Order: sequence, then structure tokens, then C-alpha cells
Amino acid sequence: MRQIRGSAVFAAVLALASAGIARASLPGAPAFALLASLVALPLLVLALARFARRDTLAARLASPALFGALLLWLWEMLVLGLHIPFVLLPPPSAIAAAFVTHLGTLATDFRQTYLHAVIAGYALGCGAGFAVALAVDRSPFLRRGLLPLGNLASVMPIVGVAPIMVMWFGFDWPSKAAVVVVMTFFPMLVNTTAGLAATGAMERDLMHCYAAGYWPTLLKLRLPASMPFVFTALKLNSTLALIGAVVAEFFGTPILGMGFRISTEAARMNMDIVWATITVAALAGSLSFGAIALIERAATFWHPAFRR
Amino acid sequence: MGESALLASETVPAPNAPVVVEARGLGVAFETDGQRVNALTSVDLTIRRGDFVSLIGPSGCGKTTLLRAIADLQAPSGGTLTVNGMSAAEARRARAYGYVFQAPALYPWRSVARNVMLPLEIMGMARGERTERAERYLRLVGLGDFARKFPWQLSGGMQQRVSIARALCFEPTLLLMDEPFGALDEITRDGLNLHLHELWRRTGMSVVFVTHSIPEAVFLSTRIVVMSARPGRIIDVIDSPLGAARALGIRESAEFLAVAHRVREGLRAGHSYD
Repeated sequence: MRQIRGSAVFAAVLALASAGIARASLPGAPAFALLASLVALPLLVLALARFARRDTLAARLASPALFGALLLWLWEMLVLGLHIPFVLLPPPSAIAAAFVTHLGTLATDFRQTYLHAVIAGYALGCGAGFAVALAVDRSPFLRRGLLPLGNLASVMPIVGVAPIMVMWFGFDWPSKAAVVVVMTFFPMLVNTTAGLAATGAMERDLMHCYAAGYWPTLLKLRLPASMPFVFTALKLNSTLALIGAVVAEFFGTPILGMGFRISTEAARMNMDIVWATITVAALAGSLSFGAIALIERAATFWHPAFRR
Repeated sequence: MGESALLASETVPAPNAPVVVEARGLGVAFETDGQRVNALTSVDLTIRRGDFVSLIGPSGCGKTTLLRAIADLQAPSGGTLTVNGMSAAEARRARAYGYVFQAPALYPWRSVARNVMLPLEIMGMARGERTERAERYLRLVGLGDFARKFPWQLSGGMQQRVSIARALCFEPTLLLMDEPFGALDEITRDGLNLHLHELWRRTGMSVVFVTHSIPEAVFLSTRIVVMSARPGRIIDVIDSPLGAARALGIRESAEFLAVAHRVREGLRAGHSYD
């Protein structure tokens, strides 16, 4: 046990040292660092695998973080050791540095793209999809007429929709929100429609026995039963919304926003800023997905997937 | 001793008790692939207040269809059917019956108590009374301590008892049960049969009970309706000579075995048409 811990500490020190040496401007330093890290890598992987096997809360929380750190370190060593050009793949240290230097810009972009376009579009698109699903479910006419048209709308390519929305709603964030609405509306419509139809014959017969009308049946049986479907759409849409807003900014925008930043800085070869923006997007996307998953767990605690 | 003392001589219900269900020439037909299948033909049946009627027969004999027709879950294609003197649809809208399905059909997002309260909520009962009723009927089926649990935390037998409490809590005069204990093991089933028998004795309600099991039908019923398949129809109606008060022990008595024998003969006769 002590031996393993000792070798893990040794490997970690070796890894940090080689990361430091790799950036030194001595000739042959990167190659030497790469060699050292090749020694450290198997030891680190072994130590991490052993740690991840533990069934403690600390291990469960720390394992993915340590694994991520290992990947970042490996990325750093490979890029520096093999002299990979900066435009192809900057090292994580450079991305982190860009993140800190451009924090103000990144925050402004985040506010423009995420807090305005994504959240407004997501709320409107999901809300409208849910409301239309209720209407479609209530009216056979709409089910026959609207649902197939919705199918058509769902296959419209976002790169085609975005310029049209810019024409309609202007350069600022409302046109991006509109793209997000178009993207998120249909998944919510389809999922909610399926969820409302997901009740069993016996459960419906039970409501019929009590002479329950449309509204009690909807509120007490069909909406609760549809919740797992609705949450599937909410999670799917949280990622779609971010993609939609970022891509939409490629087609005309004021001089801010995450999509604008990515397209202009990529054109200027500032790949570290592009990667820093991608990091912000990935963090925002994961956090919102995680938050919705937590709400789902609380709201559909009764579902077989979450029962304890 | 014992057995004969349990067999009270009274027969229930009184022959002039009010009619609860009346079927005359009742037929139900299904349309599948343009072909007409007679699930039930020319059924004549009178069920009076306080009756415990079992419908027994092979699969496809229409016993569940008959129960569903009484509950207005299935539209008849011919004949007349009245429940409490009204059409089946009117009786359903007047919440005349409680229905217990083959499976518990509890809503997993509701606690046990809130499942029992479901019909009371739909009927617009005040919250205080709802809670009181749910408590009372859960205690009646022996689940007073499980009110706050969720259905999926209970065994199958307990879940079915919750569904019985749910069917009873709005105090209908007619209880319709579709093979409620079919999925349970023998011992659990015995216990629930005894429980149901006592409930029926205490409340004086009418019960229509669909089953596959001869001992279950004979033990519980005042009348046993033997049915046959293709087309579904009634081939025998047996008035039970067993008294109102029953314990599981009567299943070895001569009277019990005689009734069971007649039911079996009826079922066999129904089968020989195949």
C-alpha cells in the first residue's frame, strides 16, 4: 500500500517537473520532458485506476477530476514534446492563460449568447412546444395537420434558418433566440405528445370509472405520466440551444457573442481564444444539463430509473 | 365440531332485495379485421343488493367482458343492461361502483394514501374528509402504517389491497373485481379472500367477482355463474347453500365440495363443445 502511494507521489512530481521543463527554452528540453512523462504515465494511470475503485464519496467526486487533469497533462506534454504547431492545437496552459487574460471579453460574450439568446430562446421554444403538444393532443384536426408540418420544420438546416432569422429580427440577440426557438420547439412537441399518450389502458380505464373529465385526467394522470418524456426533451434542448445560438452568430451579429468570437478569432489564428470560448460553452452546457438532470431526479423520483 | 357451526342456515341476500344489476339478452361483439367476434351472447342475469356473484369460466368466455359492460368500459351490442335502475353509462357517471383491476393500477408518483384519495379528489371531496377516509380504508385493508409509502415500495399483495381500499373509499354499493388476486401466491390469496369475505359481510355491498379459481369462487360467493367460450355465454347459475359466515376451514366441508363439484362439471360441459 505504502509502495503504491510512494510511486504515485513520485509519478505526480515527475509529471509536474516535466511539464515545467517542457516550457524551458533550453535545447532538447521538450524531448527530455516527453521522455520523463512517458515514465510517469503508466504509474499515474495505475494509481488513478486503484483510486477510482474505492467506493467513497471522495473517490467518486475526485475520480473524474483527476482523470480530466491527467488528460490535460498528457495533452500538454504531447503538444510541447512533439512541437505541434500552435494553430493546430494550443497546449492547455496557453488556453488557460488566454482564459485569464480575456476574462472580460469572455464574460461579455457569455452574457450576450447564453444569458440572452440561449435562455430566452430555450424558454420560449420549450414553452411553445409544450403548449402546442397539449393543443395537438386535444384536437385531432391539429394532430393530423400540424404534426406532419412540424416534422418538416424539424429537418430545416440551422445554417439555412439563421440568415432568415437575422433578416426578420435584426443583428442582435433576438434573432439568435429565434433560431434557438426553432431548434428546441420540435423536440419538445414530439416528446410531450408521446408522453401524453404514454399512459396504460388500465390507468385510463380507472379515470373513466370515476367519470373523470378531460382536465382531472390531464392533471392527475397524463401530465405526471408524461414528465419523463418532457425532461428528456428539456435535457436534449439544453445542448441544442447552445449549439443553435453559437452557430447562428456566424451569420451576422454585433461585435460580441461566443459564436462571433470563435469565427473572428479563428480567422485571426488566435486559437487560444477560440479554445477558451469553447471551454466557456462546454462548462455552461454541462452545468445547465446537470441542473436539469437534478430537477428531473426530484420531479420524477417515482420513475424506475430513479427509484431507491 | 367447528365446520357445521360455521355454516349458518341463512342464505344471503334476501330474495326480495332490490335489483342492482339486470341483464336481459345482453350481447357484446368485437370487430377485428372486418370479422365479427361474439364475446358474449344472450346473457340473462339478475344481481341483487348484498349478492356476492362470481363469474367463472375458461379464457375467452367473456367474464371480463361482462364485468366491463356493467362498468360501462365496454359498450354492449345488443340486449338491455341496467345498473341501479339506470343505464350503465348513467350509473358510471353517478359513481355507482368501485372497480378493482387485474393489476393494482396505482399511480407511482402518488403515495399510498394519495392513491386512495384519487377518486375522492376527482369527486371534489374536502381535504379533511379525504384524509380521514383514506386513513380509515387503509386501516380496513390492514395497511394503516403504510400511508406515506409509495406503491413500488410495497409487495404485490399489499398493492392490490391498496387498490381495494381505493375502490371502497367512496363507499359505492357495488364492487366489481376482475381477477384481483390472480397474480398472487396461494397463501396471500387465502388471506385476501378471507379479508374480502369479511369486508363484504360487514358492508352489505354487492360484489361481482371474476375468477379462474373454483375454490375461490365457491368460498366467496352467494351465487356462482359458470360461463363457456365461443361464443361467450352463461351455462349454469349455482345458488350457494353455504351460509353467510365463512372461515377458510369450510373448504373441506361436504357442502363446499358438492358446490365445487357442480362448478367443475359445468366448466367441463362448456369445454366439450370445443
